[in-house]
Amino acid sequence: MEDIIFELQFFLEVLISGLLTGSLYSLVALGFVLIFKASGVFNFAQGAMMLFAALSLVGFQELLGVHWTVAFVMAIAVMVLLAWCVEKFVLGKLVNQEPIILFMATIGITFFLDGFGQTLWGSDIKVMDVGLPTGSFDMGGIFIDKLELVAGFTAGALVLALALFFNKTKIGRALRAVADDHQAALSVGISLRTIWIIVWSVAGLVGLVAGIMWGSKLGVQFSLTLLALKALPVLILGGFTSIPGAIVGGLIIGSGEKLAEIYIGPFVGGAIENWFAYMLAMVFLLFRPQGLFGEKIIERV
Amino acid sequence: MFYREAGQFKSSYKEDQAVFPILQDRVGVGLMLLVAFIGIPLLTSEYFISAIMTPFLILALAAIGLNILTGYAGQISLGTGGFMAVGAFAAYKFATFSIAIGGAETTIPLVVTILLAGVVAALVGVMFGIPSLRIKGFYLAVATLAAQFFIEWVLVKFGWFTNYSPSGIITAPPLEVMGYLFDSPGEKYIFTLSFVAVMALAAKNLVRSHIGRGWMAIRDMDIAAEIIGFRPLHTKLSAFAVSSFFCGVAGALWAFVHLGTVEPEAFGINRSFAILFMVIIGGMGSIIGSFIGAAFITLLPIFLSNVPPMIGWDIGVDMISHMEFMIFGALIIFFLIVEPHGLARLWSIGKEKLRSWPFPY
Amino acid sequence: MSLRKFVLGALGVAVLAAPFAVSAPALAEESLYLPKLVYRTGPFAPGGIPTANGAVDYWAMINERDGGVGGAKVIVEECEFGYNTDRGVECYERTKKKHGGALVYQPYSTGVTYALADRTRKDKIPLLTMGYGRSDAGIGSAFPYVFPMALNYWGQSTGIMKYMASQEGGIEKMKGKTIALVYLDIAYGKESLPIFRTMSEKFDFKLKEYPVTFPGIEQKATWLQIRRAKPDYIVMWGWGVMNQSAIKEAANIRFPIDHFIGNWWSGAEQDTVPAGKAAIGYKSATFSAAGTDFPVIQDILTHVYGKGKGKGKENVGQVLYNRAVVTQVFIHHAILNAQKEFGVKSVSSEQLRWGLENVNMTDATAASLGMKGLGPNLKISCNDHIGGGGVFIQQWDGKKWNIVSEYIKPMNDLVIPAMEKSAAKYLKEKGVSAVSCS
Repeated sequence: MEDIIFELQFFLEVLISGLLTGSLYSLVALGFVLIFKASGVFNFAQGAMMLFAALSLVGFQELLGVHWTVAFVMAIAVMVLLAWCVEKFVLGKLVNQEPIILFMATIGITFFLDGFGQTLWGSDIKVMDVGLPTGSFDMGGIFIDKLELVAGFTAGALVLALALFFNKTKIGRALRAVADDHQAALSVGISLRTIWIIVWSVAGLVGLVAGIMWGSKLGVQFSLTLLALKALPVLILGGFTSIPGAIVGGLIIGSGEKLAEIYIGPFVGGAIENWFAYMLAMVFLLFRPQGLFGEKIIERV
Repeated sequence: MFYREAGQFKSSYKEDQAVFPILQDRVGVGLMLLVAFIGIPLLTSEYFISAIMTPFLILALAAIGLNILTGYAGQISLGTGGFMAVGAFAAYKFATFSIAIGGAETTIPLVVTILLAGVVAALVGVMFGIPSLRIKGFYLAVATLAAQFFIEWVLVKFGWFTNYSPSGIITAPPLEVMGYLFDSPGEKYIFTLSFVAVMALAAKNLVRSHIGRGWMAIRDMDIAAEIIGFRPLHTKLSAFAVSSFFCGVAGALWAFVHLGTVEPEAFGINRSFAILFMVIIGGMGSIIGSFIGAAFITLLPIFLSNVPPMIGWDIGVDMISHMEFMIFGALIIFFLIVEPHGLARLWSIGKEKLRSWPFPY
Repeated sequence: MSLRKFVLGALGVAVLAAPFAVSAPALAEESLYLPKLVYRTGPFAPGGIPTANGAVDYWAMINERDGGVGGAKVIVEECEFGYNTDRGVECYERTKKKHGGALVYQPYSTGVTYALADRTRKDKIPLLTMGYGRSDAGIGSAFPYVFPMALNYWGQSTGIMKYMASQEGGIEKMKGKTIALVYLDIAYGKESLPIFRTMSEKFDFKLKEYPVTFPGIEQKATWLQIRRAKPDYIVMWGWGVMNQSAIKEAANIRFPIDHFIGNWWSGAEQDTVPAGKAAIGYKSATFSAAGTDFPVIQDILTHVYGKGKGKGKENVGQVLYNRAVVTQVFIHHAILNAQKEFGVKSVSSEQLRWGLENVNMTDATAASLGMKGLGPNLKISCNDHIGGGGVFIQQWDGKKWNIVSEYIKPMNDLVIPAMEKSAAKYLKEKGVSAVSCS
């Protein structure tokens, strides 16, 4: 009887940590969604942007000795500047190109940012200290990671804020118009340039927040860029164009991979998390080829 | 002037349908092969042959493979590394097959081993190509990552694939073909080059056949292709099969010729990405583009990292590496802006210029 | 259009011309050329920077203090490969013939070590993999050019086992205990598996294996399982970002941290500092000591940093830095051996191989090289490329690493037969025969 209670409790713990980890993935995935939604660009550089933002924050903190909130504002400024540069030197020159060309261009941005970030701030590991709690607390025998709880709330708040921004503000409506049809948006007087700068800035901000969470967890280092790979299954599951999709996708992938690793893993040798997330996403895709919340693809000959 | 086909008349269908219908092309390809087979081994250093040309050729072969799938059939794949790994490990299993079952003296000939490895990779490719019937575009790209990670995991996890090597690595047997041992870097280079040359010609031929036209029809508009009578199942899966065959052979060559001892990590996710970059930068739907793309992606970083020490600029290796990344990234963007259709397009623009030179109109 | 073509053409010509220019002319001066493959960038840079700095600083110190080794100036050239196997191979090919030929390679990367095994054998250049690489490469007759000195992973595993046993008060007390082995799921991490399985049968403890997917950023599932299994000890085979993450997760499940022991690539400042308070009490194996209280480290501080040179002062005295210095001291010792035996100043790579096979590091030699107490005493021979090293266990106190155990010798009765078996398989598959050692 005690065993059963323990097992149930353990199951609950796995589920909760999976959901929390999933919300951390969502934070990374959100950046992808924002840019894809507004410009149809699959932004390979999101991981690099996240690292670059986090590096800037920690770098300013170390360099100038300022409080992290000041450094945070400065890092946002850096990301806005980056968004401006991306529009000016890359996207602005590639208007009307095929998606795969734009995708390749973001790969160029990735390489550039990786080199640039390390040139500015070095490749050594840096400790991120913005006062986020560490350790875990005990909730009736279930340990919950404090940092992940904060991350979960942050992700939720971010989605809410973004949803309001997209649906209630004028800029948000303009963004949706651009996402629907570039030319139609242009013809009603929406500036494509401004919109792209805004979207890339917001994606940079989301990257910064994700970078803070993951940086507090792992230290700020180059490996953070690899997190982009964790966000991809979340992305296809939720659909490239849906903000709530990123959250729901994150929760499903996070809990799914943890449960699989713990309850299936031991029978096949373990370490199945990585491919399981992709397999899970793929199976979902077989039923809904545009992702859970993606817009229906209509094809005409 | 140099590249004018005027006056070259075709008097039969056969002539008209040759792989290289223009004399200059035939001469050009012949010259390139001559340089590659004789010039390079005779004239260049061991470093150039073994550290640059050999890996370049093998990756170019993999890029041709992916180009068939992505450039011709329009299916974006990020599983290339996985299919290369299948090729490498299958080749290893075939090569050690006699040792494993108790040390019989007969072994499968090396060339057959490598081709069989390609066939195994093709089968695996078809299996992972099935989702492409329903999933498209970037969704498919990410879904093929499932293949990449799954294959890597299987190879790491099950000892059978490595003949129960404790650390999960495989060691290639000596490269012996009909009693001749390919041992020096030059010989290994020739061995690789022969494979790549034959297979590149085969690919060139294949993409202009009925099968190749089917792939292109599917790429351009799959519903329309279906309506004019190309079955998507056959067309897409054949693209996956042929593509994976090329990748598998490339993987086997990578393990047997280039590295010698490999772990599955050598065919990791970065490999898949790098090969996709080659295809996009080189030019989708172009065999020559695969070579140019492979050259761009593999040679340019090496070149960039060689420059500062050559001109006596001492800024430390880490700084050189950062510069290499930045310039490489900037160049990718630069080339996309000047020529979004890949470097192969520049090649054909060059040919056009040569045709009208010195009196352009 | 013409500009574009010009740029392209120039680029193309330059790319083709570059490789021709790399073979530098041999120097007239007596010299020893030591290329160093480093990774100061990329995901593993935190571990790569101190190891690179240790090696470079040591030879800068030797050139500065003694004017080289035995009158021959040491030329160190770094080649950055970013922990990328392809680039590592390229670096090897680029450097191997410069300055009259490279003497020895030390890549600090398992993937590159595998890839270079064949090449170094053919080019007759020693591959010094101190504390890493293939476990079976210690059999000198099968791998004449590979020197996994100090101890291989299998020996290290048995050393850690002995330490855990001593904590419990004897190996028989391990019976019925549970040990969790957390390893990075690539070739490097898997090296530890076979020996732990053997030991688990022999000493009758329960072994739980927890592979962590590369690169080990997210390990929640692993640690939840460990929480459920409630092991008595955790042993970790990690590298890079995996280590900090694991230490934090261990603290999250409130595992007694002093029962958590990493191998010697999982115990450096770069792993514990980012983990913060969670890491206090964490233990790891090591074969070299940390700190600056050694003559050779002091000499580096005076002769290199004292003169305003040096690569990174914050690394001096760190675990990985000192370990790199230890490796260089062994190379130094081998060069001296070879110079004495062959009577030349600029030794060749084959002569250096002889020098390495005749390494005999005793307390006296160590003292003369200024590293008494810093690294292990080893005696290498043609057959034995390991030299009978052992392990220390060190513990992190929040500021520095302290050695907390005796010098533990491995269980050679388990390790050596396994090595011989594996090496025999290698020879058979490779189709080569063992070299004679008599």
